[in-house]
Amino acid sequence: MHELSIAMNIVDIADEETKKANAKKVYEIELEIGTMSGVVLEALEFALQEAVKDSVLGNAKIKITEIQAKAKCLNCLNIFEIEDLYSPCPNCNEFKTEIISGKELIVKSLKVE
Amino acid sequence: MCETCGCGESNSFSIRKPGETIENNPDHTHTHSHSHSHDGSEHTHNHSHSHTHDNNHERHHHLEDNDHAHHHHDYQHNHSHGTEIKVETDILQKNNLIAERNRGFFEAKNIFSLNLVSSPGSGKTSLLEKTIKDLKSDVSFYVIEGDQQTMNDANRIEATGAPVVQINTGNGCHLDAEMVNKAAKKLDVENNSVLFIENVGNLICPSLFDLGESKRIVIISVTEGEDKPIKYPTMFQSSDICIINKIDLLPYVDFNIEKAKEYALRINHNLQFFEVSVKTGEGMNDWYNWLKKHKC
Ligand SMILES: Nc1nc2c(ncn2[C@@H]2O[C@H](COP(=O)(O)OP(=O)(O)OP(=O)(O)O)[C@@H](O)[C@H]2O)c(=O)[nH]1
Ligand SMILES: [Mg+2]
Ligand SMILES: [Zn+2]
Repeated sequence: MHELSIAMNIVDIADEETKKANAKKVYEIELEIGTMSGVVLEALEFALQEAVKDSVLGNAKIKITEIQAKAKCLNCLNIFEIEDLYSPCPNCNEFKTEIISGKELIVKSLKVE
Repeated sequence: MCETCGCGESNSFSIRKPGETIENNPDHTHTHSHSHSHDGSEHTHNHSHSHTHDNNHERHHHLEDNDHAHHHHDYQHNHSHGTEIKVETDILQKNNLIAERNRGFFEAKNIFSLNLVSSPGSGKTSLLEKTIKDLKSDVSFYVIEGDQQTMNDANRIEATGAPVVQINTGNGCHLDAEMVNKAAKKLDVENNSVLFIENVGNLICPSLFDLGESKRIVIISVTEGEDKPIKYPTMFQSSDICIINKIDLLPYVDFNIEKAKEYALRINHNLQFFEVSVKTGEGMNDWYNWLKKHKC
């Protein structure tokens, strides 16, 4: 369950930023998670419920924005949305593609007081 | 679970050489950063958030009890004038920074480091044992073993004569860069050597954690399904080399090697393959030549 490590990292980042800002707690945190980041959103949400307990995020609203993964075809340069890592370019059927978005695992912003 | 204090912290791990006990091991590490007390009455989680997967939808956690929805409202209202901090930080930043430090350390010492990942039982330790036995007169090898529990794999490596440390991750399902940093220091890896890092047998979790390795090697055996690559794509995407092991068993199993390679190449067209049998030695020479070529 690497989602637990991810969740703990999120708490650590929030903790550090909150200290830096001389704030006491966070009431909202915004995350961006790519659909091909390797993190299962349901598992992350579950892990976060545990990880935030007794932390600065204890009462924070957690906003997660999913970033749709996109790939670029190395043959015809077509850019297309992907749902997996093994499907060909819908335009020319080439398998040689490059992911251009959807790998994000980002703490975007915090609202603190 | 931690064998020393039984704390069950998922991010506690131990690093030991064969023969060392945990009690006298100074590197036994705990990061007690988060409390995990379960006071059932404390939180009731409201799972009413939507699960439609449209492009930019938001998911919300309401950690307050339903009955306290009112407070929730007040709370939000009171703090709507708080400060917003633009963070824009990669969640894996901490691991990635340590991984880069490891990478710099390995490069400076001309250490060729290989992160071996696979499902449990595909033959990682067997591959290392045979490789070390066959090449140890030419190459100096060091090994970091990763398993949730036991010293078994470290003891097997120790029998080959190569210096080894065992990381036991407890509940953890992958090695991370910090563990490898500590283990490499404990091993005192000498210049111009090869460092094998056998990750925890798991095809999912280790894929996200850069250890600072020179190359990542994914191993599958022909007793697994040929569709492994498309079932666990992230691992195949993040690897440089794919070793297909146990080819001595091909006559007895329905494993189509060409199909497996085609699937893997769909995910990662840069993957390079070695087809081997650690048991019979078939195909091992290509792997050895690759290793010797990259080592210097
Ligand atoms: N037939 C055959 N068996 C093999 C081969 N390589 C390894 N094995 C067997 O596969 C089993 C598992 O091998 P290990 O080397 O322990 O596998 P591992 O990947 O290190 O396993 P974990 O560390 O538990 O994830 C052992 O019984 C080996 O003897 C091979 O080439 N052919
Ligand atoms: Mg092993
Ligand atoms: Zn195309």
